[in-house]
Amino acid sequence: MDTLLAILEDMHSDVDFKICETLIDDGVLDSFDIITLVAEIDSEFDVTIPVEEIIPDNFNSAKALYALIEKLSD
Amino acid sequence: MQNNVLEYLEHTVKRFPDKIAYANEEVGITFREVYDQGRAIGTFLNRRGFYKQPIAIFMPKHPKTIVAFFGVIYGGNFYVPIDEEMPRFRIELILKNLNPKAVICDESTQKVMEAFDYDKEIYLYDSIIKTEIDEYIIQNVRDTAIDTDPIYVVFTSGSTGIPKGVVACHRSVIGYIETLSEILKINENTVFGNQTPLYFDACMKELYPTLKFGATTYIIPKNLFMFPLKLVEFLNKYKINTICWVVSALTIVSFFRVFDSLVPEYLHTVAFASELFPIKQFNIWRKALPNARFINLYGPTETTGVCCYFEVERHFEEDEILPIGKPFKNTEIILLDDNNNIPAEGELGEICIRGTSLTLGYYKEFDETDKVFVQNPLNNLYPELIYRTGDLGKYNERGELVFVSRKDYQIKHMGHRIELGEIEINVNMLEGIKSACCVYDDVKGRILLYYVGDTDKKQIASGLKKTLPRYMIPNHIVQLGTMPLTANAKIDRAFLKKHINAMKKGN
Repeated sequence: MDTLLAILEDMHSDVDFKICETLIDDGVLDSFDIITLVAEIDSEFDVTIPVEEIIPDNFNSAKALYALIEKLSD
Repeated sequence: MQNNVLEYLEHTVKRFPDKIAYANEEVGITFREVYDQGRAIGTFLNRRGFYKQPIAIFMPKHPKTIVAFFGVIYGGNFYVPIDEEMPRFRIELILKNLNPKAVICDESTQKVMEAFDYDKEIYLYDSIIKTEIDEYIIQNVRDTAIDTDPIYVVFTSGSTGIPKGVVACHRSVIGYIETLSEILKINENTVFGNQTPLYFDACMKELYPTLKFGATTYIIPKNLFMFPLKLVEFLNKYKINTICWVVSALTIVSFFRVFDSLVPEYLHTVAFASELFPIKQFNIWRKALPNARFINLYGPTETTGVCCYFEVERHFEEDEILPIGKPFKNTEIILLDDNNNIPAEGELGEICIRGTSLTLGYYKEFDETDKVFVQNPLNNLYPELIYRTGDLGKYNERGELVFVSRKDYQIKHMGHRIELGEIEINVNMLEGIKSACCVYDDVKGRILLYYVGDTDKKQIASGLKKTLPRYMIPNHIVQLGTMPLTANAKIDRAFLKKHINAMKKGN
């Protein structure tokens, strides 16, 4: 989780990713961030997120995104 | 002879009054409604004495916003779209430069507008479209209109820290739309899927051919460009067959391998602009849509959107560059070297543009205009303006024009044209900053900010979000102990750019 938070905080250092649960709904992340995130997750966690999983629910919070990474690494 | 863009609408409304012109997922506006609401707005504005005035449109990305543009033109004025997502600071900068006597809002933006430092008229779209149309006013406006009158002002990033307003006229827009429609083979069966924002000139590719041919434009929700599978579902649901997107909107689809799951069924024309299309991504698109036409478009805002095109009809290898091809009708590209001579064959030169596509220049910025709209140095016989783009280009061995790089610090990021100098000026305004430099990481496509000072990344990020639009916020911020300088004591940009990876850790 810390690795993921570090990636996110590097992208938007003014956002508290531990608590924010509306990253998509409130427009915190944009399409550029999604590409960056998916690429970074690929290289840091060796997890490829399939396009079917690139949906708002999985990106609205760091927690949801981490749950997805864990699910995909199994 | 046509001398006003509204003639497109007047011709089409007779043929397809009940067809949907502009739509989103919730509503569609027919050509009849565009025509009636446009004339109502025109009557309203003109009756209040607004004529040949800039009228700001401060509305969300919505079909009504497009109708508001035409309404402004019907009244004999020119429209200035304002990005509703821009921070207040920037909107006030633009309003200060523009000093519009009226702004058109909808319910959602009216409150926001009322909080601004703006004391002129604020009108609500839904109210003013109820105005009874005065045919006499509308006709009178048209009878006195000439084709070099302004049609819009759009604001683009300025290296001095203040956005520049580019003023275009009816003639250059008509010339653009005529040629573009021919190249893209637009007709009444065209269904556009609009991606580009309404506050830039890029959206004209859909808005005006739709008027001219009685086609239909669907506005695609911005969020779908984060979730590409849903995006392709949208294209299929609304049977979109023609798109004119920025390259980064197309690559998000290919990058995530959407085509392995879903292919756009109706898409037959794919035009793209604003950035180099990485061939690896381009080939994924081409393989997925083997029968579609792919057209690379090129042109700065200062020459009315697009003035060069290249239809891709041969295979490109990953180490090749898609050319920008050849100029539109009534446009000439002149390459000029540092001495204002034509460079030798295959050599680099600044791309300069001559012809009808030239806009009128920058709003209230005569000095800035004179720097780039200049006398053609190859012509010493009579006055003839060219626009110096600041883009460097050359001809390849096939005689096709190729974009190579920029002369200055202007970049293209996610399809947006950005002056790095404008970001730096805004960083330098923040408390605690001693010096700042932005560079663009071409490989990862990121804006990097290096700074020296007594403040942290968090303060900078939140500070910048108050003054700059979202797409201009640096993607990565690095604090340095000292700023690398050149022998002339200027910030060493080349060094910073060369050492992007090492500098990331703040070494």
